[in-house]
Amino acid sequence: MKIKRLLLALTLPMMLLCMTAMAQDKVVTGKVTDSKDGTSIQGVSVTVKGTKLGVQTNADGNFKIKVPASATTLVISSIGYAGQEIAIADESLSIKMVQQSKTDELVVVAYGTRKKTDLTGSVTAVSAKDFQKGAISSPEQLLQGKVPGLQITSGGGQPGGGSLLRIRGQSSINGSSDPLIVIDGIPVASGNSVGGSANNLLSTIDPNDIESMSVLKDASATAMYGSRASGGVIIITTKKGSKGKIKFNYNAQLSLGNVAKEESVLSGDQIRSIINADAASSGINTWKNLLGTNNTDWQKQIYQNSVGFDNNISASGAIKNIPFRVSLGYLDQTGVLLTDKFNRVTTSVNLSPKFLHDDLAVNVNFKYSHNSSRFADQNAIGSAVNFDPTQPIHQQNVYGGNFEWLTAAGIPINTNGGSVQPNPLSMLNFRNHTGNLDRYLGNVQLDYKLKFFPDLHVLVNVGVDNAINTEQDIQNTNLVTTHQAAFSGSRYHFLQGNQNYLADVSLYYAKELKKLKGKIDVLVLHSYQDIITNVYNNPTYGTSSSTGSDTTISSPITNPTDKPELRIESYLSRINFSFANYYLLTASVRSDAVSRFAPDKRVGYFPSAAAAWKLKDEFFKNTTVLSDLKLRVGVGKTGQQDIGSTNYYYEPNYYQSVNAAAQYQFGSTFYSFSRPTAYNPNLTWESTTTYNLGVDYGFLKNRITGNVEVYDKKTSGLLFNVAVAPGSNFDVQEYENIGSMESKGVEFAINTIPVKNKDLTWELGFNIAYNKSQITDLGGRIFQVGGVSGGTGGTIGILQAGNDPSSFYVQKQIYNANGTPIQGLYQDINRDGVINAADYTIFKKANPDYLFGFTTQVMYKKYSLGLAAHGALGNYLYNNYNAAHGFSQGNGGIENPLSFIQNGSSDYMNTKFTSPQWYSNYYIENASYFRLDNINFGYNVGKILKNKASLRITASCQNVFVITKYSGMDPENSSTNGIDNNIYPRPRVFTLGASLDF
Amino acid sequence: MKYNTISKLVIFCIAIAGFSSCSKDLNLNPQNAQVPTQVYSTPAGYLSVLAKIYGTLSITGDQGPAGSPDISGGLDEGSQVAFIRGMFNFQELPTDEAIEAWNDGGVLDNIHNFNLTSSDKFVYGMYARPIYDITLINEYLREATDAQLAANGITGADATNIRNSRAEARFLRAYNYWLMMDLFGKSTFITENSAIGANPPEISRANLYNYIVSELQAIDGQLAPAKTIEYGRVDQAAEWALLARVYLNAPTYTGITSTTYYDSAITYATKVINAGYTLSASYPGLFLADNDKNTNEFIFAVNCDGLHTQAYGNTTFLVHAACSSDNLYYGVAGGWAGYRATGALANLFTDLSGTTDTRALFTTFTDTSRIKVVFGTTAGQIATTTGTGDFSNGLHVAKFRNVRSDGQATNDPTQTFADVDFPIFRLPEMYLIYAEAVLRGGNGGSQANALKYFNLVRERAFGHAGVAGSGDFTTIALSDILNERGRELYWEGHRRTDLIRFGLFTSGTYVWPWKGGVLSGTGVSANNNLLPIPENNIISNPNLTQNTGF
Repeated sequence: MKIKRLLLALTLPMMLLCMTAMAQDKVVTGKVTDSKDGTSIQGVSVTVKGTKLGVQTNADGNFKIKVPASATTLVISSIGYAGQEIAIADESLSIKMVQQSKTDELVVVAYGTRKKTDLTGSVTAVSAKDFQKGAISSPEQLLQGKVPGLQITSGGGQPGGGSLLRIRGQSSINGSSDPLIVIDGIPVASGNSVGGSANNLLSTIDPNDIESMSVLKDASATAMYGSRASGGVIIITTKKGSKGKIKFNYNAQLSLGNVAKEESVLSGDQIRSIINADAASSGINTWKNLLGTNNTDWQKQIYQNSVGFDNNISASGAIKNIPFRVSLGYLDQTGVLLTDKFNRVTTSVNLSPKFLHDDLAVNVNFKYSHNSSRFADQNAIGSAVNFDPTQPIHQQNVYGGNFEWLTAAGIPINTNGGSVQPNPLSMLNFRNHTGNLDRYLGNVQLDYKLKFFPDLHVLVNVGVDNAINTEQDIQNTNLVTTHQAAFSGSRYHFLQGNQNYLADVSLYYAKELKKLKGKIDVLVLHSYQDIITNVYNNPTYGTSSSTGSDTTISSPITNPTDKPELRIESYLSRINFSFANYYLLTASVRSDAVSRFAPDKRVGYFPSAAAAWKLKDEFFKNTTVLSDLKLRVGVGKTGQQDIGSTNYYYEPNYYQSVNAAAQYQFGSTFYSFSRPTAYNPNLTWESTTTYNLGVDYGFLKNRITGNVEVYDKKTSGLLFNVAVAPGSNFDVQEYENIGSMESKGVEFAINTIPVKNKDLTWELGFNIAYNKSQITDLGGRIFQVGGVSGGTGGTIGILQAGNDPSSFYVQKQIYNANGTPIQGLYQDINRDGVINAADYTIFKKANPDYLFGFTTQVMYKKYSLGLAAHGALGNYLYNNYNAAHGFSQGNGGIENPLSFIQNGSSDYMNTKFTSPQWYSNYYIENASYFRLDNINFGYNVGKILKNKASLRITASCQNVFVITKYSGMDPENSSTNGIDNNIYPRPRVFTLGASLDF
Repeated sequence: MKYNTISKLVIFCIAIAGFSSCSKDLNLNPQNAQVPTQVYSTPAGYLSVLAKIYGTLSITGDQGPAGSPDISGGLDEGSQVAFIRGMFNFQELPTDEAIEAWNDGGVLDNIHNFNLTSSDKFVYGMYARPIYDITLINEYLREATDAQLAANGITGADATNIRNSRAEARFLRAYNYWLMMDLFGKSTFITENSAIGANPPEISRANLYNYIVSELQAIDGQLAPAKTIEYGRVDQAAEWALLARVYLNAPTYTGITSTTYYDSAITYATKVINAGYTLSASYPGLFLADNDKNTNEFIFAVNCDGLHTQAYGNTTFLVHAACSSDNLYYGVAGGWAGYRATGALANLFTDLSGTTDTRALFTTFTDTSRIKVVFGTTAGQIATTTGTGDFSNGLHVAKFRNVRSDGQATNDPTQTFADVDFPIFRLPEMYLIYAEAVLRGGNGGSQANALKYFNLVRERAFGHAGVAGSGDFTTIALSDILNERGRELYWEGHRRTDLIRFGLFTSGTYVWPWKGGVLSGTGVSANNNLLPIPENNIISNPNLTQNTGF
C-alpha cells in the first residue's frame, strides 16, 4: 500500500542519522559588504558547509568563525541578498553580497512558493516592510491601499473590529463574496466572527508576527483552492526562525486617538426654536411643554480619547540546529466610545528544523491568542445623535440618575415598541458586555525528499484551528430597558466554538529540464477538511422583582446545543512547466466534494490554465531602458458553496419549536411545534470563470516597476435565495442555482524609485483599479433588498438583471426653484398620473467604480518619512441617518408622537420635512472619497547600549483627513447595500513606536 | 534519543493524514432535526405538527416572538406574514374602520388609499401565509392516511385521534382557501396530492368556491359535534359557521345572483344558533386577556398567550398598534401609535362614550403624565389637512386590551405579549347572517326571528341582554344590518367583505376620510375589490395569472 511504503521510506533513513565529525579547528575572519554601495551588512549568516557550525556578522559586517581543519567552504546567506559559497582562505575574507532584485523574491502562492518572475497568475504579495503603518490591531488593515482591486472597509473604529473584504468586486449575491483566508497553510473559517458574536476572528493574529501576505486575484491563482476561492484568496504567512545566533526584537507602540468627526446634529437652541415655532403655528403645545433649557452635546458625552499600548517581543535563531521563532504580544486598547476596551495576548511558536541530511523539512506553527474585550453598546451612538439636546445629562430618578424620558408615573415611555432610546450614557455605563475569544491555531508541515528518488517530495500538512468564544452581557437594573415590572436587569451568556480540522497529503515532483532550458513540477494533493461549530443556546436571566432571585426572562429553549458540521474532501493536481527560458505554463484541476449538497450534486471540478511569456528576455535582452516585460494570460474556474449555516439543505428536516414561546394551546395544554424546512435536492455549486490578462513591466533597472491587469469574472448558477411559487415548497424562498453575474475590470500599479543614492531614497507607489459588476441574469426576477432603518419593512436596494448588485431603488425627488426638496413630490416616472410603487427607479449604486491607493516613502540617512492614502470614486451611500431623523414629526422625527423630543439631523435645516421621505433619492449621496490613511516618521537611532542593541523609533498619525462630498460622518461604510446608519467613528490616532533589536 | 521522538511524531502525523485519505462519509445529519419517518413515528409527533397547523394562525414561526419565521422571502416576520395582522390589514385598513399613522413612506397607506401594486410586500405576505398553511396541512394529510398510520405502527385510540384530526386539518385548509378566495379571487391550488418542488396550478374563484363548500360538507360527519372539542380546536359548529359565511357571500364568489345561497346561509346559521351557544353578558369582556372564558359565544378563536404563543402579528399587534402613551389602559408596557379608526366608524354610533352602547370602545383617555392627548371623538377630527400620519388625529380603538376582566395579572410579566384570543366566529355574526339572509330573500327563516336575533345583539350591547329595551329596532332594513355589523364586528376582520357584498367598497356611493387617498374620500376603480397577485409569484410560477387592472 502507498501509505505503508511512504512510512518505510520516511522512517528508515531517520534511524541512520549521522553525527557530525569532530576535528581540529582553525579560525577564519572576514567582512561582508554590499556590492553596490560598500556598506557593511549586519546579521549575515556564515556557516561551514556540511556542518551545523555558524556565526553572524556584527554591526560592522565582520565575522570570526572557528572551522574544522577539514572544512573548505563557507556558506554566506542573508535575506534580500543572493547566497554564495566562498572558499576558505588563510587571509581575512572580503565578501561582497549582491542584492537580490525584487523580481527574484519568492512569493507565497497556493500550495507552495514561486519566484515572482515565474508567476503566471495575478498575485500581489506585500511583505512586512510595505505594510500599512500605525496602530493596527487586525491583519487585513495592513493591506489597506496596497493591493489594486482589494477593497478593505472596516466596520468602523471599534478596536479589534472586523472589515469587509472584496477582491475585484462582488462575485456572488447570496453566497459569500469574502475571500478565503489561509493562515500558514490552513484555510480558516470565512467571515469575521465566531457565530453571532461581537468578536472578530482575524484580530486574533498579531500583525507583528506576519511576514507577508499574498493576495491571489485571478482564477489561475485561486483555482487551486477550488470550492471556496471565488472571492479570491488571502494567504497570511507568519514569521519563521532562521539559522544563526538568537536575535531578539522588541516592538512597542503607544497610541492616542480621538474622534475625527461627529455626526452633524441640531443644537438645543435649534430644537427650541423649531418646536416653539411649530407650537405657535399649530397651537399644539405638547412638545413645547417638554422642552428643556440645556444645550447638551450628547456625542461629546459618549466619546473619549482612546489609548493603546501594543507590545511584541520575539526571539528567533536556532537552538541545536533547530531554527525557531517565538513571540509574545500584548495589546491593550481602549476605544473612542466610552467603556470600549480590547485586550489581546498572542503567542506564536515556529520551528523549522530539517532532518535526515536536510531531506526532511519540518515546519511547525502554533499560535495561541486570547482576546478579551468589553464591547461598548454601539447603539449608544444612535442614541447620542438622537437624544434631546435641550435636556440635562442628569436627573433625579431611579434609573441611575441619568435623564430618561418618563411618564408621570415614573415609568419609561414605551420601552418595548423600540421608539424611545435610553440615555446614551446609561447604555454605556449600565451595560457590561464582555467577551473572551481563545484561539488555537496550529499545524505541522512535512516536506520529505525521497532518498531513492530525490525529485519527488512527500508533503503533509495537518492542522487544527479551534476558536472558542464566550461572552457575557449584563444589563443592570438602572437601564430603563431592563427595568420592568417583574424583572430587573438581564444577564446573557454566549458560548460558541468553531473547530476546523485539516489534513493534506501530497506528492510533489520537480525536475530541471536542462535540454529544454526549463523545469517542470507536478503536485498531486488530497485534502480533507472538517468544519464543526458548537452552538450553545442559552436563555437570558433576570432578577425577579418579587423573589429577588434569578429567573429566565426569555422562554426556555428547546435545544440547548447544536452542532452544524461541514465536510469537504478534495483532490488537486497541478503542473508548472517552463521551457526555452521564456515560456511558463501552469495548469491545475481540483475536485471538491462538500457535504452540503445532495450526494449526486456534491462534486465540483475547478480547472485552470495560465501561461506567461518573458518578452524582455526573448526580445529586449539588450535594451537597458526596459528591464522587465512579461505577458501573462490565464483562465480558471472557482466555486462557491458557502450559504451560511444552511448545512443540510437537500432533505426536509423537521425542527421543534426553538423555544417555549412558540407553542399552541389545545384545551389547557401547550404543545410545541414541529415544522419541515424548505429543501432543494438539486442545489449544487455556483461557479465563477475568470479570464485574466496581465503585463508586468520594469524600466531603468527596475527603478520603475508595476503591472497592468485586465479581467473578466463570470459567475453562473448563482446560489440564490430565490422566490419560489407559494405552495411549491415549505417556504416562499429557497436556495436555487439561478442567474449569473459578471465583474470586469482593469488594474494598474506602478512603483517607482525616483531618487536613490547613498543618503537619499525616495519611493513612490500608486495603484488604481476599475471594476464594473453587473447582474446579467436573474431569470426575470427582481429582488428588493437592503432594509432601511426606521421604515416598516421598507427597502432601498434592488437586484435586477442589467444592473450593479448594489443599486439603489428610489423615488426621484422634485426640487423647488431654490434647490430645496419638496416634501412628498416625486417624478411620475411612468407618467400614469399617480405616484406609486411603479414610479421607483434605479439610481446610482454603492460599489465604487475606482479604488486607488497611494504610498510614498522618503529615506534620508537615518530618517524616513512616509505617506499612505487610499480612496474610492463613483460609490454612493444612502444616508439613512438623515432619512430617519431629518424631519420634524412622527416616529424618528423631532416631535415624536409618543410625547417626547428627539434630536434631528442638521440636514433638517435644509429640507424642513415634516414627515420622513424614506425612498427619496435626495438621500442617495456621492460618497467618493480620498483618505490620507497615514503619515509616518522614522528615525534609526542605531547602536545603543554599548553597541549591544539597535533602536528605531517611529511616530505616525493615522486617519489624517478625508476629502469627500458626502455629508454624513464617514463616506467609507462596510454595509453591502450602501446603507449608512451611524457607524462607530474611525478615530484619528497618533502613535509613537520603538523597535529594539538585540 | 530525540530523533526517535521526532520520527514517532512524523509517523503519527502521516498516519493521521493517511487515515484522512480514506473517503470520509459526507452524508451528515443535523443534531436537532428529524426526518419525516422519525417525526411521524409517534402520536406526539403528529400532535406537534397539528399544533403547528393551528399555530400558524396565531404566530409567525418556530420561535416566539420572532426569529425563525415560517415564511422568509425578504418579508418582515412581524408585520407582513402574520395571519391575524395580515387579515386585519386587508380586511380593515382599506375600510372606514381603520387607518394607520406610521410614517413608513406610504407602504401601509397604499392599502387605505387603494394604491396597491403587485410588488407590494404586504400583499406578497398575505398571499404567502394561507398557502404556506395549506402546504403544511397537505403534508399532514399525506402522513395521516390510514395506510401511513399503519406503516408508522400507530394503532388504537392514537390512530383514531389522528384520523379525526384529519377533518380539522381539512377545515383549516378550507378556511385558509376562503381567505384566498375572498381577497385574491383565485388561488394557487394544492391538495395532499400535490408534489413538493413542482409549480402548482391556479384555481378560479368559482371553482374554489365549489371546492370549499364540498370540502366542508364532506367533513361534516367527521368533525367532533358542536361544543364538544377542547378549546382551541374546531368542531362541527365552526364548519357550519364558515359555510354560513361563504353562502352569504356566494354571489360575490360565484358571480351568480341566486337566493338559494341565502337559503343555505339560513340553514347553517340556524344550525349554529341551535347548537347551544349564548351571548356573553359583557361585550367589552369579549376582547380582554381572559376572553377564552367566552366558550358560550365563541365558536372558534385563535389562541394567543403572552408567554407561550408570542408574536408581533397576533393580538399583541391589535393591542399595541392601537395605543400610544395611553398604553397602560391597554395593559401593555408601550404603544406603537399605529392604527385607529376613521370618523366614519364614529358616525355609526350616536354616543361614543360607551355608556349607552357598550360597543363604543374608544378612549378619550387623557395621559396627564406628560401631555394632553386629544383623541378624535367626532368625524371631523380625522379630516385634518395634515394628512394621515398624525396618531392624535382619529379614534383610538380600545377594543382589544391586554387586561383581564377579573383584574388578575396577565401572563407576560413584561406586559409585551397579549393573552387576548382572536375570535374567528362569534354567535352574533350568525344572528346577523340569519337576519341578512332573510332580508335578502332567503327561505327557511322568518322575519320575526331575524328581528329577534338582530335585537338580541343590540340588547347585550346596551347592557340589558335578552330584555327588550332602548336599543331595540322595530323594523330592520339591509342597511341596518351593515351598520350593525360595523358596530358589533369592527376590527374583527369582516368589514371589507361586508362592504363588497353591499357594493360599497370601491364605489363613490359610500366614502370615508382618505378613501382613495383623498381627504374627503372618493370612489375608486372596481378592480380594487380584489388584491393584485404578487408579481414574484407570477414570475416563479407561470401558471398564475394577474387580476384585471394590476
